Amino acid sequence: MLFFSYFKDLVGREVTVELKNDLAIRGTLHSVDQYLNIKLENTRVVDQDKYPHMLSVRNCFIRGSVVRYVQLPPEGVDIELLHDATRREARGG
Amino acid sequence: MLHLFARTQKQKKLVHNLSCRGVSHIDFGSLKMSGGPGLESLVDQTISVITNDGRNIVGVLKGFDQATNIILDESHERVYSTKEGVQQLVLGLYIIRGDNISVVGELDEDLDAHLDLSKLRAHPLKPVIH
Repeated sequence: MLFFSYFKDLVGREVTVELKNDLAIRGTLHSVDQYLNIKLENTRVVDQDKYPHMLSVRNCFIRGSVVRYVQLPPEGVDIELLHDATRREARGG
Repeated sequence: MLHLFARTQKQKKLVHNLSCRGVSHIDFGSLKMSGGPGLESLVDQTISVITNDGRNIVGVLKGFDQATNIILDESHERVYSTKEGVQQLVLGLYIIRGDNISVVGELDEDLDAHLDLSKLRAHPLKPVIH
């Protein structure tokens, strides 16, 4: 639940989602759900020459299970808060 | 007034149940947002699906469920290769199991109309490796 809440706070930010097929998609985070499925708006593929497969797609839904990384804006990361929250979750409380 | 906001059968039923209990206002817009990134907004639109084995299937979204299983109507596959332009294979009505889906993209009809598929060359997408 921690990362679900975390991603919900990032809605509206510009992120890059790298998938497990090496495709990287950049766009504005529109929404996220319990499975960490992600919806992006104003999307563009990072290397369009190599991957022209989504040239006519501007909004997309990415299945959580195929996400390898989500690259965040530096100002979207509060390390102190994440440290506290992950430690609390690891303790089981 | 409540019924004005309800569009789908499900919403109308919900409204009926709630008005029996005295609830007078629901904002279905915000309900949808809190539901996260569902595919409701893409129903009856043309979508482009990328599957885990790297295929690209384009069709009209007719239905979906919690597990991202989807029903596509009038679908075709776009086969990418480096030797020739994009080939389109007619598939028709398709059900794709959610496990096998990577990305569901809303196809912008204008952008797609301006795309010259016969000149587009690229390697097929790599399969997903978990």
